[in-house]
Amino acid sequence: MGSQSDRPLPPEPVEPDGPRVGVDEWVASADRLQDRPAGVAGALRRAGEVVTPPIQLAIFAGLAATVPFWLGTGDLFTYGIFVLLYVLLGLGLNTIVGFAGLLDLGYVAFFGFGAYMYAILSSDHYGIHWPAIVTVPLVVVTTASLGLLLGIPSRRLLGDYLAIVTLFFGQAFVVFVNATNPVVAGKGLTGGPNGIADIDPLSFFGLEATTRTQQYYVLLVSAVLILTGLHFVNQSRTGRALRSLREDPLAAGAIGIPVNRLKLMAFAIGAGIAGFTGCIFGTLLTAVTAGNFDIPILITIYAVVILGGFGSLSGVVLGALVITVSFQFLAPENPQNNARVLFYLLIVLVIVLLLRSWWRVALVLAATVALGVAVQAAVEAVAPSWAGGPVVEGGRLGDLIDSWVLIPEGHQDFGNVAYVALVVAVLAVTQLRPSRRIFALPAVAYLAAVVWETSFVLQPAVARWILFGALLVVLMNVRPQGLLGTPRVEIV
Amino acid sequence: MQLPLFSVLDTVRELGWSGAVELFRNGLALGSLYALIALGYTMVYGILKLLNFAHGDVYMVGAFIGFGVLNAFGGSPSPSIAILPLIVLMFVVAMLGSGVLGVVIERFAYRPLRSSPRLTLLITALGVSFFLQNSMLLLFGAQFRSYQSFQLGSDNPAAFEPGPLVEPVFTIADVNFQRIQLAVFATSIALMVALTLLVAKTTLGKAMRATAFDHEAAAMMGIDVNRVIAATFFIGSVLAGAAGVMFGLMFSQINHFMGFYAGLKGFTAAVVGGIGSIPGAMLGGLLVGLVESYAQGYLGGQWSDIAVFGILIFVLLVRPTGLLGARAIQKV
Repeated sequence: MGSQSDRPLPPEPVEPDGPRVGVDEWVASADRLQDRPAGVAGALRRAGEVVTPPIQLAIFAGLAATVPFWLGTGDLFTYGIFVLLYVLLGLGLNTIVGFAGLLDLGYVAFFGFGAYMYAILSSDHYGIHWPAIVTVPLVVVTTASLGLLLGIPSRRLLGDYLAIVTLFFGQAFVVFVNATNPVVAGKGLTGGPNGIADIDPLSFFGLEATTRTQQYYVLLVSAVLILTGLHFVNQSRTGRALRSLREDPLAAGAIGIPVNRLKLMAFAIGAGIAGFTGCIFGTLLTAVTAGNFDIPILITIYAVVILGGFGSLSGVVLGALVITVSFQFLAPENPQNNARVLFYLLIVLVIVLLLRSWWRVALVLAATVALGVAVQAAVEAVAPSWAGGPVVEGGRLGDLIDSWVLIPEGHQDFGNVAYVALVVAVLAVTQLRPSRRIFALPAVAYLAAVVWETSFVLQPAVARWILFGALLVVLMNVRPQGLLGTPRVEIV
Repeated sequence: MQLPLFSVLDTVRELGWSGAVELFRNGLALGSLYALIALGYTMVYGILKLLNFAHGDVYMVGAFIGFGVLNAFGGSPSPSIAILPLIVLMFVVAMLGSGVLGVVIERFAYRPLRSSPRLTLLITALGVSFFLQNSMLLLFGAQFRSYQSFQLGSDNPAAFEPGPLVEPVFTIADVNFQRIQLAVFATSIALMVALTLLVAKTTLGKAMRATAFDHEAAAMMGIDVNRVIAATFFIGSVLAGAAGVMFGLMFSQINHFMGFYAGLKGFTAAVVGGIGSIPGAMLGGLLVGLVESYAQGYLGGQWSDIAVFGILIFVLLVRPTGLLGARAIQKV
């Protein structure tokens, strides 16, 4: 590049005042609007421009490295390690869906394949104990090849066919592992529903990662390395080609981009990352079973990538953080009070996003509280059996909730009826004009609280899948680019 | 290691002629359900180019509505009204309920995304499917619910005497063809004929074909595109609801997850037959049902899903347009 600075600079292009040839007026004005975004969102975006990706990565790595010092071992596993696992899984999926725009619904099968292959090669199952330094690269290469293989039909398949083929592939994997379990060398290959237990820990040249802290750092280093690698891929010629492929495969092909090769490459990279994560996952749990690689996990990984924004690496990290923490809060084995606080915060957040004006938010929240107290008092006076139910795991909030949320005693189907009513109410509110929505919101928010206390709290694991499913639908309708993604302009 | 092929041949010999007929019967019954589901996929795909993942779950909801109606009238084995009107009522309510559900899904989840990229729509569909499945799990729990259709209307349920639904109508090679199986087969054929006539002969059918061909041009010709799409969802979901009740009556056991695999197989049927083609969906449905049934009988139940997946891959590689599908031209 040094030789270029010797040459005289080309003259500055003259900017004409009006619309120019080849520049759409609307597109130009949209660009200008994007330049100067207002409010909190604008300030955040400007901050994002100052903090460049290398600095972002450094901040992430620095903060993440301190986590084992202030988080207990149990929490390090449920939060720290799982966030990083989902970061890795999200990065792999982001390569396929976010970079290349291929809807791969069998992604989780690569994850499972990696875990199972590691388990077979490094456990007591067959008595093979290859060291991780051999197994992990072998697994990554094999999984990537499997990705290539699955990618081959994708060359001829338009988006939706690919989705169903991969979805079916993922299910076929689960069935294969769980039920088919072919007999190899006198033993079920995959262990059937029991899975494979006693998997060797990761070991590199005699150093074994056995404690949670060691495993956490292994994951963190892998995540940072993969983030760096993908950042460079994304910035490169290949990254640009992938983006053009995502926006319009036909046009990309027409300008000479090797569409098929790129699709296969994206598949292979994504599958390789998933396989690698699978190895680590196997060593973390020291056992693999088919249930870990089913549709719910797929939806969770999709939620991570979609929340963060397709194609955005920092988005994956953010998405993994938000989704994993809510995922674990809503896990049935964890204290319900965390989940409850999270759910109420979510309601408040939705109200804030809907109204975007602080005094209105305050008004709605006040109205919600007043409504709750009024309803509770009225029902208690008229029909006490409808209001006297116990609060499930109320903790410190127990009394507060007891005097605010309607919890009937001995009316089993009340929770179900309330849930259906909530779904109908939410759908109805979306049809109201924004100016009228404010009047309906307190009732809906209160109904949501009732549903939580009478139905969700009993089955938090199901509630989290419902919320994730709803998240996909709502995000796609409201903000398809996710939190940090760039909006796509559909060119007709 | 025993070579699998030989064991398959052994099984074929063991089951013999009557086994083959039995598997054929099961395949036809299952296939007619898949065909009905496939019709919904094909119609929606034809008109919106959307793979509606939630379709299988609409079928599941239909089965649950039928179950609810059955229980509202005292439930199996001895309902409070005569069996025939009860079954008709189950069908009508389930079909209407599923139809309304389909329209609601389209109205709230898909319509706002009419001009969005395909990926957005597909993920929305995935989210809707997951949402419906887990909502039913929340409402009804994970256990299987049983129609107990074996005993429905039985004279002596305490002695597990079979009811009129499973009465054999005729017998081929020692295999009984039960009343319910023949009824399901006949009903699904009748529904398909009705659908074909609707699409071919009525104004609505004409509007549907026009909208599938080109939304904008259809709108310019004065067709209310939104209403036509809603009607398509309604009809597709009605068929799925009917299939759900049929499944319940034939196989009894329903739960919240039944729609997922049925949806996958219904879509496979639609692809095998040629997506967008109504006779193709019927043909594909029967084919998938037969393959699944024979794979189950000869290879073992654990292979049946993988066999169906095999057909899907095979058809997509060899003839991506399906058996009866027209060659798709990608318009730019």
